[in-house]
Amino acid sequence: MSTVSQAQPIPRLPHTGRVTQLRVAVSEWTKLRSLRSTLWSLFAAVLLTILLPVLFAAITSSHWGSMSPHDRADRHPLDIALAGVNVSQLAIAVLGVLVITGEYSTGMIRASFTAVPKRLPVLWAKTGVFALVTLLLLIPPVLIAFFASQAILSRHNILQISFSHPGVARSVLGGALYLMLVGIFALGIGAIVRNTAGGIATFAGIFFVIPPLMNILPSNWNDAISKYLPSEAGRQLFSLTHDSNSLSPTAGGLLFAGYCALAIAIAAVLLVRRDT
Amino acid sequence: MIVAESLTKNYGDQRAVDDLSFTVRPGVVTGFLGPNGSGKSTTMRLILELDAPTGGDVTVNGKHYRDHAAPLHEVGALLEARSVHTGRSAYNHLLALAQTHGIGRQRVDEMIDLVGLHDVAKKRVGKFSLGMGQRLGIAAAMLGDPSTVMLDEPVNGLDPEGILWVRHLLRGLAADGRTVFVSSHLMSEMSLTADHLIVIGKGRKIADMSTQDFIKQASGTVVLVRTPQAAELEALLSGPDITVTSASPGLLEVRGLTAQQIGELAAANGIVLHELTPQQASLEEAFMTLTRDDLEFKAADLESEEAVA
Repeated sequence: MSTVSQAQPIPRLPHTGRVTQLRVAVSEWTKLRSLRSTLWSLFAAVLLTILLPVLFAAITSSHWGSMSPHDRADRHPLDIALAGVNVSQLAIAVLGVLVITGEYSTGMIRASFTAVPKRLPVLWAKTGVFALVTLLLLIPPVLIAFFASQAILSRHNILQISFSHPGVARSVLGGALYLMLVGIFALGIGAIVRNTAGGIATFAGIFFVIPPLMNILPSNWNDAISKYLPSEAGRQLFSLTHDSNSLSPTAGGLLFAGYCALAIAIAAVLLVRRDT
Repeated sequence: MIVAESLTKNYGDQRAVDDLSFTVRPGVVTGFLGPNGSGKSTTMRLILELDAPTGGDVTVNGKHYRDHAAPLHEVGALLEARSVHTGRSAYNHLLALAQTHGIGRQRVDEMIDLVGLHDVAKKRVGKFSLGMGQRLGIAAAMLGDPSTVMLDEPVNGLDPEGILWVRHLLRGLAADGRTVFVSSHLMSEMSLTADHLIVIGKGRKIADMSTQDFIKQASGTVVLVRTPQAAELEALLSGPDITVTSASPGLLEVRGLTAQQIGELAAANGIVLHELTPQQASLEEAFMTLTRDDLEFKAADLESEEAVA
């Protein structure tokens, strides 16, 4: 840094482009891929989605001989194949919150909004890029998890189910779709709360604390309300079986997507109005 | 060109910026001077529309900042608060900002070289020193080749070489015909770089004039006189606008008369002078005088309000 004290003219920029939604999306892609926390969270999600089903399949197949008929009846091949989704949703949710709250905690948001003072293109780009990356990155792991767990179980000729069986392909791919929506929902919450710890706590409250609390309610209330909770509605995307206490995959998926849209919409209104 | 009209900002009950009107013109360095907490940073955030004003209006190059198609081409800003993700490298930080405007990687490299961060461009910003952070902020401000440059306390944390570099940079930017708006709480720094000064205290404008005029107006001329006949001379120097103070025996500080007038008066009365030196007040002294007046005015205001109540 010894040569900088001489007066250097600022090189002129022959051409300056205007801000477009596509350019902001490219910028958000750069931001997403250039942070270690992103890479680690996505890596963790991919790994958990694949490894947990493989582990559960191996345990189930090795203990099958000693399991009671009741226990055996309780096992379902898709529950094993998609066991990882339940865990990796936490990694995706934390990342979804961090994608936006990380900018607030470090002050980066001021640079982002100085470059894009209309602000909303930043929210759309963040949401779109993160959603697309999550979906594309997690489709292979859910497929691998399904076929790998089936391969392990097939050695004992147990719990076989075909990918072409009605609802199986939808459930497996639904696992990846669910994770994408979890990411969007978490990003919306992060943008509303603007604080990492608060965002993660809010998400955990909605997804992991409220659902079990429903058991305190009279069972007819519980049955009437629980299926409309975000976590329950979203879960239908990767559940093979549905009963009167759960929504259909389409209805559940649409309702969860509606919750995501609502979270992002609230975030958008606040983003434009609040001081940074 | 920055035009603020009756700009006002409240944070809760606290008024950070109070009915502030000013124009920052291209081609000169305009210093934005005021003690810490006087509302400089808030004003800059209002200009960038990071915060919404409670009242009044501010435009950059004729439009609200938000309405420009290529904001980074209009204003390059360095904010006082850090505005960079600590987990990202300097290069990726600049690249992400550049991409919003379709600015290429070559420009990013140029800016990194310009501020002398070439060797650390791939390192995470969290490991940067304060001075390196300032250099990165300046690189970000210059990315879009802006017609208006707005820097909040740019020399904070810089070593002497860096300070010199910023001074050259500001002069060069103004010579290019750009609008240069630089805040500082260091009067001495402003006296070296700014052609024009906007001075605020407690969110209100105290002065808006050329740096020279500011010093002249605020101080009045002080003449230092050394004489073995101090008492005799002091007796002669009386008048409604003349004040004489004595710092040590045989040394007088005279306000309200020129050195020429004092010299003639001494000669006419046979008084021996050992020294006769006109002194210019420093920008610090000028600033202190002005802000003290402002505070006194406010205190008096408060008392009269209480009296009414």
